[in-house]
Parts: sequence; structure tokens; C-alpha cells
Amino acid sequence: MATKEEVQKLAALARIRVEDAELEKFTQEFDAILAYVGQLEKLDLSVEEGAQREGNVGSGTLRNVMRADGEPHAGGAYTEKLAEQFSAREGDALSVKQIITHE
Amino acid sequence: MNKLNEMTIVEAARALRAREITTRELWDACAEATEEKNPELNAYLEIFDADDTAISAAQERINREGDAAPLLCGIPLAIKDNILIEGKIASAASKMLESYRATYDATVIHKLKEAGALFLGRTNMDEFALGGSTENSAFGETKNPHDTTRVSGGTSGGSAAAVAAHLAIAALGTDTGGSVRNPASYCGVVGLKPTYGAVSRFGVIAAASSFDQVGPLTKTVEDAQILFDTVRGQDPKDSTSIPEDLYGAARREVRTIGVPTRLFADALDAEMLERFQSALKKCGCKVVDIEIPSAKPALAAYYIINFAEVSTNLARFDGMRYGLSKQGETLLDDYLLSRTEGFGEEARRRILLGTFVLSSGYIDAYYRQAVAARTELTREFNEAFKEVDIIATPTMPTPAFKIGEKSDPLSLYLEDAFTVLANLTGMPAISVPMGSVEREGPSTSLGIKKQLPVGIHFTAPHQAENVLFAIGSAIY
Repeated sequence: MATKEEVQKLAALARIRVEDAELEKFTQEFDAILAYVGQLEKLDLSVEEGAQREGNVGSGTLRNVMRADGEPHAGGAYTEKLAEQFSAREGDALSVKQIITHE
Repeated sequence: MNKLNEMTIVEAARALRAREITTRELWDACAEATEEKNPELNAYLEIFDADDTAISAAQERINREGDAAPLLCGIPLAIKDNILIEGKIASAASKMLESYRATYDATVIHKLKEAGALFLGRTNMDEFALGGSTENSAFGETKNPHDTTRVSGGTSGGSAAAVAAHLAIAALGTDTGGSVRNPASYCGVVGLKPTYGAVSRFGVIAAASSFDQVGPLTKTVEDAQILFDTVRGQDPKDSTSIPEDLYGAARREVRTIGVPTRLFADALDAEMLERFQSALKKCGCKVVDIEIPSAKPALAAYYIINFAEVSTNLARFDGMRYGLSKQGETLLDDYLLSRTEGFGEEARRRILLGTFVLSSGYIDAYYRQAVAARTELTREFNEAFKEVDIIATPTMPTPAFKIGEKSDPLSLYLEDAFTVLANLTGMPAISVPMGSVEREGPSTSLGIKKQLPVGIHFTAPHQAENVLFAIGSAIY
């Protein structure tokens, strides 16, 4: 059973706000959704991790992709384009609110 | 000759080469149809101004190269709003990105531009590709061209409706749990979800990264193959894209079709079942019943992994670097305000559920169990493909439902039971029209019935898209 407090806690962790009216609705829906997806708990999927990994590697679905470091693009090549999207900008200064306070 | 906007890629490419039509005439026909019908359908969120340079460059290339020019040269396409086109807004149908302008081209767009394709506009979708009906768009739902009181399907509903209503010659969508194939079925067009990694995801706004693939929505199977062949290929910018040498084998013949009857038998009405059976007959293959025991619980695994990946991907939207920005008293307020106002209800719901299934104490029961179920499902499919060449189900359990009919999120999730399997296994799958079924029309009091399209769904082993094209062409 999901509780309102639990949903509020998740919202705080996920940095979103859930208004009271919506809280009720989300909490009820979560019960139904979690009951549905919770059916997996009953499945016996005790495949050994090694064998599981082996299966993934064998089917080509899991493989390491490596490349050597190198060939960096020219410095500043994308700076202006990226900075343009920044919400609080004055010239080359991109500002965010103070993170650590002295209080 | 068809009206120009009603042409397929193959027909338009032929007519262009034969100098029967010009790239400008083809563009104008699509643009005019769009201007006329889009206000009713809401398939496009934005209709682009004609790019005169690109339109004439395509014409010159056809004049110069003739048959050697790419088939897509001069062909006007619709592009889903989560695929980046440099300089254009890419909003993923979210308020969060309402005014975000793409700073670069997605690899698929780069490839289409190189082929000389033209872009008519960006199409509507469920916000951040979360949904199955395009009702979760922040900018209004897309209506089904066959019955405007019904949904177009989703999440690529705008792309499917644009192709079905001939507001584009073809379109690109993306498929996370059926988002190309579901609207293809509801709108009566062809939709392909390629093998995971066949098409680069670079420049595609991520929903659930281990499921997402870009796929074509087209009027014919042949057109789907043309679009797929143009956009596919390994990309150094997407490390999950797969090398060409995995595509070694030549076309496999389809002799045996496996049907996991137990998966869908109780979900279909008699009419749907009849369409499915007669489509199978048309294939002219041996049909055998198969068992995929993990296929039913797989839907639960799909949603757990989807929630987890969606909540992770959407964590990047902080109201600072790009996207919607709301200012509060503190930095935390900025995050809270921007994310609460920017994300619609379904995005917030999945962020919360994803946060839950990944949280300490629950991750073993939910996320890790789902990953194990996914591996088991893939093993069962690989096992089945030792006996059969292809696996068939209906694409969706029903035709398009009425707008607003499924307001409870779980009932909407359950619609995806057949399509999510290909995303979980990474295997390629196609939806092809299999006829239509009768449902109540918009004026039910008059007893008017409407014919609504439905699709048949084929899944092939990894990298065996050719098998899908072969069987698809055999029945449609």
C-alpha cells in the first residue's frame, strides 16, 4: 500500500512538487500500478548472474564499446550555441543561485 | 495518377525521375493538404516554411543524377517532435522544451538531408514519448483520420496520422514500447521498429534508452524499407548502435510462422481474431502454435524498466542549462518550480514510479527482477526462433479507442502487451494493416458504424528486418 507520505518523499527526491489534490490521485494509482508490476516478484527467475551475463554477451546484446581518447574539437567551438540556451545569462556569465549559504 | 500528396515514396520518386512532377509541386501538394487538414487533426505541432534552397537543390540533383539520385531526394517527410533538426524547435510535445531550439542535427536527420529529403514539419506525440494515444501531448491530442472522435495511437500519433491522411509522403517516429507500431495499427499505415542499435539514437530525445529506436511510418512496406535503409547504420556518436557485420546473412525465407496464441486469445474479439487469421492465411506459410511463457509477465517488466529509465533521463531537466526555467527563492525552488510546471502529469507519474523502483530496499524486488525477466524473455524468443522463422500477433488488442476513454493510466499501459516484447528483446518488429473492424461511429445515436483499421504484428530475430519486409509485402 502506497501512502501519501511515501509519494511526497518520492516527489522530494525527484525534485517535483505534488499538490494535495494530485497526491490523493497519484497515491491510489500507485497502488494499482505497483500491484500490477509486483506480479514479477512471484516469478522464479533465479538464473545465475554469470549465466545471465553469458546469455546477454552471447546474443550480442551486451558488449563493451571502447574508443581511445583523442581528437578533441577546437576549444569553444560549441560554447556559444550551448550558452544561448542557458536561462540566466549575462554576457559570458552563466549564473545559478547560491548553493552553499553562510547561515 | 494519384494526387501528389497521396503518392508513396516509390511512386513519387518514379514520377520525379520521369519529369512528370517537380519537387516543388510535390512539396506544395503536401503543404496544401497539411494546411487544410491539420487544424482538425493536430498531427503537426509546427508546419515548416518551404525551404526553397533545399527544394530546388533536390530538383537539380534529380535532373543531374537521374536514377542514381537517392529515392528520398525531394520527398517531403514528417518528423516526430523528439528528433532534432538544427535550428528548429524540438519540444518532445512538452512545456519543458516548448521553446528549445535544436543546436545540431540528429544522425537520422543528417542522413536524410544527405539523401535530399525535405521536412514538412514536426509531429505531435505523447509528451517525452510517454503514453500510447498522443493524449499526453502538452499541445492537445492528435485525432485519428479514420474517425476524429478517436485517438491516433501513440506515442508517434502525429507521424502516423500525417501519413494516413496524406499530409506527408512518409514519416519518422520513435518506438519505446510500441510507439511506432501502435499508431501504425490505429491509423492503418505500416510501422517498423528496427533491431535495437540498427538506427542511431544520437539527437533523439531519450525516453527509455535501452528500448528507444527510431522507425519509419509509411504507406507501404517497400517505403518502410527505403526509409530504414537510409537512416540505419553504426554511428560513432551512439555507442549502442551496432556494427554492419552483424547484418551478414542474406534474406531468410519465411516458411514457418509461430503464433503465441495463449498470449492474446482472451484479449481479442471475434472480428479481430478473424482478421488476424485471414491475414495469416495470406502469408501462405505453415503456422504453428508456440509458447512464450514469459510474454505475459513481460509487460510488468517493461513498465518497471521504463519507469526507471524515464526517471533517470528526465532528471537532466533542471531549469538551468536549457528548457523551461522558473525562478524561486532558492536553488531548490528553481528545480521544483521548473520541473513541476514543465512536466505533464504522465511524465511526473513515471518520474515518481521510477524513483520508487530504483530506491534502496525496492530495487531487487522490482528493477533487478525486471531485468532478469527481460533476459529470460529474450532467451525464450531465441529458443522459439530455432523452430519458426517469424512470430505473429495482432499489433494491438483493439482498434483505436475514443478520445478520453482510457483515463486510468494502468488500463492504457495494458494496451501495450504485444508490442513491448520487441523492445524488451531488442528484436525488430513491423505492424502492417490487416484490414478493418467495425465500431460505433461518432454519431452513435444514428447507429452509424465505422470501419477502423487494425494491424498485424511480426517479430523477427535480431538484424532480420529483411524477413519482416518479405512477409509484410506478401500480405499488404
